[in-house]
Amino acid sequence: MSALNKSPFLKIFLSYMPLTMLLFSVFNELNLNYLKLEYFAFNFVHILIFFWTLRNPNHLGYLAIFFAGIINDVVIGIPLGISSFCYLLLCSVTAYIRNITLSPNFIKDWISFLFTILLINSIQVIILDLFFLVEVNYMNYLINSGFTFLFYPIFFVIFNILNQSISKQTND
Amino acid sequence: MATGRDDFVIAIRSAFLKKKDKQRFSLLTLIFLSIFTIILSNFNFKIIQIIKSSINEVTYRSSFFVSIPENYIKGLKQKFDKHMKVYDAYNETKTELENLKEKKLVNEYLKIENEKLRSLIDENIGTNEVLAKVLIDKESPFLKSIVLNKGTKDNVKIGMAVLDGVYLAGQIIEVNFTNSRALLLSDLNSKIPSILEPNNVQAVVSGTGLEHGIIEHTQDDFNQDINTSEIIVYTSGRGGLFKPGIPIGKISRDANQKIDFFSDFTQLDFVKITSYQIGSK
Repeated sequence: MSALNKSPFLKIFLSYMPLTMLLFSVFNELNLNYLKLEYFAFNFVHILIFFWTLRNPNHLGYLAIFFAGIINDVVIGIPLGISSFCYLLLCSVTAYIRNITLSPNFIKDWISFLFTILLINSIQVIILDLFFLVEVNYMNYLINSGFTFLFYPIFFVIFNILNQSISKQTND
Repeated sequence: MATGRDDFVIAIRSAFLKKKDKQRFSLLTLIFLSIFTIILSNFNFKIIQIIKSSINEVTYRSSFFVSIPENYIKGLKQKFDKHMKVYDAYNETKTELENLKEKKLVNEYLKIENEKLRSLIDENIGTNEVLAKVLIDKESPFLKSIVLNKGTKDNVKIGMAVLDGVYLAGQIIEVNFTNSRALLLSDLNSKIPSILEPNNVQAVVSGTGLEHGIIEHTQDDFNQDINTSEIIVYTSGRGGLFKPGIPIGKISRDANQKIDFFSDFTQLDFVKITSYQIGSK
């Protein structure tokens, strides 16, 4: 068991887990849309980027996030660069929070997350609606932001466990 | 006060410019790069089109392969649901078949009559069809579109109709070399000139971003005119892209101008990409 815990394969697997999840979710457009619950959708990518760039940025590089944004734009069919821009804005908020925070606190992170996703979704709507004249449903964006905010604690717990496993493996 | 402002500036500068050990680019560089990409993607230069098309080709194919496990699970769930409803579905189909047999006889006569009348006014409708497989059907909550495995090499062009069986499902909005993207009727940006039968009212079918569509630009007294229980919506052919008479959906009397599309956009596997040449012989 101990030998398994120190396996280099497991170490590599865990350290690339955030990046794999990010790429998998942008290729798959993971939002549980197919559950057919009207209006129900959340943005898993926003939760993932917010958590990892805030708590352990070494495992999710900005360049990978930029490319993930490009892939997301292609998959959902919006002009190239918009998602990358929004994801990187999310990263800049987390980088700022990381710089001004001495002791991380879940509640503060959660509230910051709400303001951040509202900000980046607003920016995305403005770019799509005003610059590219793509008609979007504001209510969908608002509800999506609401669900993304509500789902954050669940994924926080899961990612925290993963983060601890990664840290443990790295320190071994 | 000055110290607080200094701290803020230091935090901002550090967030945007400082690179971590494993980061090759600063955040600010990548933000500028993404703005540059947004601006460039707005131009229609040939080189940009080629790059965009290549990115699309690679991403669509990759997304198709990455989605295989998820699609398999979705397929299993749908099979299970269908299996559970098999008895009800059998009874429903039996009744429907009886009705259709009766209607078929009338339709055969109308079809022949229609062909005769078209030949009298010297008009014909030519059709080119390409069968395509749906590569990606990831409906984002904001944009409803699908990616198909046919592109310019198969003579697919922007504006062609996408049919699910005989029903209209959408239209082509982007074409690459080996694939293309179709905007579904349910998308907010989809507007299709249509005709409401049996009232013979011209309207525009518009997507809502949800499962149903709505009708717009009808006559003011349209609501009073509804005297049948169900209204069928067909393409009117007014835009010049589609032929008249492709079924789109139906409006129930109590549905408050909501259209239930005939095609189920979540179940699209294969579709027909079709273009029409309407004119005299």
